[in-house]
Amino acid sequence: MELGWAAILLRIALRLWPVWLALALSFGAARAFRHRLGFLGRLLDSRTGMTGLALVLFWTFAALLAPLIVTHDPLAQLSGMRNAVPGTPLPDPQGGGYPHYLLGGDALARDVFSRMIAGARAVLAIAPAAALVAYMTGISLGLPAGYYRGRIDAGLTFAANLVIAFPGILLFFLLVTPEIRQTPIPRAMSAILFAIPLAFAAQLIRTRHVANRTRRRALLALTLALGVWAWSGLVLDADPLGLWRMPPNLLNIFIAVVFVSAPVVFRITRGLTLDLASRDYVAAARTRGETPAYIMLWEILPNARGPLIVDFCLRIGYITILLGALGFFGLGVSPESPDWGSTINQGRRLLTAYPHAALAPALALMSLVLGLNLLADGLREESLRD
Amino acid sequence: MALAALALTVIVFALTNLQPNLEKLARTQASTRMSDAEVASWLARNGYDRPMLIRYSEWLGVVPAWRGEDGTGGRCNTDPAPRFCGVLQGNWGWSTRFQGEVSAILGDRLAATGRLMFWVMLVMIPAALTLGILAGMREGSRIDRALSTVAITTTATPEYVSGVLLIALLASTQAGLSPLLTDLGLIDRPTLFLGNARSAATEPTFWNLALPVATIALAGMGYIARMTRASMAEVMAQPYIRTARLKGLPFRDIVLRHALRNALIAPFTVIMLQFPWLLNGVVITEVLFSYPGFGWTLVEAAGNNDIDLLLACSVVAVVLVLATQLISDLGYVWLNPRIRVR
Repeated sequence: MELGWAAILLRIALRLWPVWLALALSFGAARAFRHRLGFLGRLLDSRTGMTGLALVLFWTFAALLAPLIVTHDPLAQLSGMRNAVPGTPLPDPQGGGYPHYLLGGDALARDVFSRMIAGARAVLAIAPAAALVAYMTGISLGLPAGYYRGRIDAGLTFAANLVIAFPGILLFFLLVTPEIRQTPIPRAMSAILFAIPLAFAAQLIRTRHVANRTRRRALLALTLALGVWAWSGLVLDADPLGLWRMPPNLLNIFIAVVFVSAPVVFRITRGLTLDLASRDYVAAARTRGETPAYIMLWEILPNARGPLIVDFCLRIGYITILLGALGFFGLGVSPESPDWGSTINQGRRLLTAYPHAALAPALALMSLVLGLNLLADGLREESLRD
Repeated sequence: MALAALALTVIVFALTNLQPNLEKLARTQASTRMSDAEVASWLARNGYDRPMLIRYSEWLGVVPAWRGEDGTGGRCNTDPAPRFCGVLQGNWGWSTRFQGEVSAILGDRLAATGRLMFWVMLVMIPAALTLGILAGMREGSRIDRALSTVAITTTATPEYVSGVLLIALLASTQAGLSPLLTDLGLIDRPTLFLGNARSAATEPTFWNLALPVATIALAGMGYIARMTRASMAEVMAQPYIRTARLKGLPFRDIVLRHALRNALIAPFTVIMLQFPWLLNGVVITEVLFSYPGFGWTLVEAAGNNDIDLLLACSVVAVVLVLATQLISDLGYVWLNPRIRVR
């Protein structure tokens, strides 16, 4: 029997029970410990911030708990379900599987609802990690540019403006192709871009534990061992345990997205550093004889964290949009990947006749990005208050 | 600025001329089932096997143009062929995808995008400014909250999402408003608007152009509105506005005559800087609605490794970006006397 809209919504809500449970638990915990959470605790009072946080957490939990939620294998094609409208029952529901396609079937007779949930996983596996690498790169280059100024600054700013002036789509078409994967360019770029976070972490430890030499040496050795392990796995695909691995096309996309986002982070960090470098506490640290690396990482960076955290939320959202755009142009991870951009791209061919296949991932992407924007807005309001 | 443009063309040239890309070009141009030796000979015959730097200089027009062994082929095929034949001489080359002069193709497409953008600006700027001014006029009021939420939502919605939503809502035979209106007999077409704007390039009407225009305008609007709101809120807190209020002027006059002009300085820069940002949106929207403009051409050129067309597209895009930066700097000084005095 075909389901009506109310029944579909009810069944989806029931199907999402692990997400509701996780949301209730996390918000309950946040309420209970709000006084110990400080900054985050105050976020609970702002309606914008709360809405944003709820949306972001919703998709995070949906991505984490996806195996519990999906009703069908997101890649399975069931005969007779091609372009099925939402709520269509399966023709022969054998084997105790879910009896309906809740949000209908796509042009290849796959379940739209399961693909949407699996898509959250595909998107949230890349976007925050890419934003993090972009942030480390942007900060590592922006701090010295703003602190030393002069020739380093001029050179780095020129390079950053060059990347920003490039129309993003064109850059993607040049950098994310099967042809370019035959050349050493993606590997070389990833070698540099993944080495920067490693150097960043090493510098953080080196400058922090100046007094305690043995501890510093131990921590540095640990970080470098972990870092080189990850680096060799991601860049050279030489991890013996196979824990750190990225298929070449995913690496290609990841690097392209980081490459486009890092210059923007660089510009923000540089601007903040230029401003903060003239403060009294920086002059005081200089008089104490601190090294420039210490001043940049432990005097300037913590004081620049407010705007950087706000922008980090926005950046994840922006990277989600970029990944979607890549999928939209058919440059996504793989043709059958359930990520939202690729799904929208496949759905748009039959958009006027069967809009549901493209509509579900479109709304999902929109709500996640909206959540990140609202969260950033809430954080900004909170940080302006003190 | 010229240096930046030059550096960008070098990068695009280098990336489009990578060996695998050239092999793909050879296969699409001649035959998909060529052997590797045939590909190599095709590349040699068409002059693609020479060093990249020399070919780039030829494209730029600072080195004499290449000729095939029999004196034909290469960039300029007129008789007698000029010695130099590059961009500096005004020759943008030959498009392998569309089989035509790049300058002619790109001229047409840019004009089409220009028409689209004209309507976008006409819709977007007044709407965004009104939204921002209404929201910033009384900061923290209910109207401000509501309009700010709208602005955030539109910024958070990329073009490929809003376009899909608009098509589903207004141009689908199965969902949204169109089936309803057809049943009621209010429209005599199957859908309210057209989901495909290919016809809009030759004969634009309200019905085929409305959705692409709305898609681009919606995405660009939120940001301008938020900037206007912030600027308006700041101006409304100034002492001279308080003075005007204490003088007993009506609120309408304060907003329209005292606050507005000062509040519009910052959004001007934002609107100018929005141009290059809109470029991405234009590409996506034109592909979604298959509107044959600049963005659609760019995607076609990139997908088929059409070197000359892609280079021309990137030059246009880069010049646009850098020019808007320059204009926004100059315009800011021109609009804001406080900077000039300093």
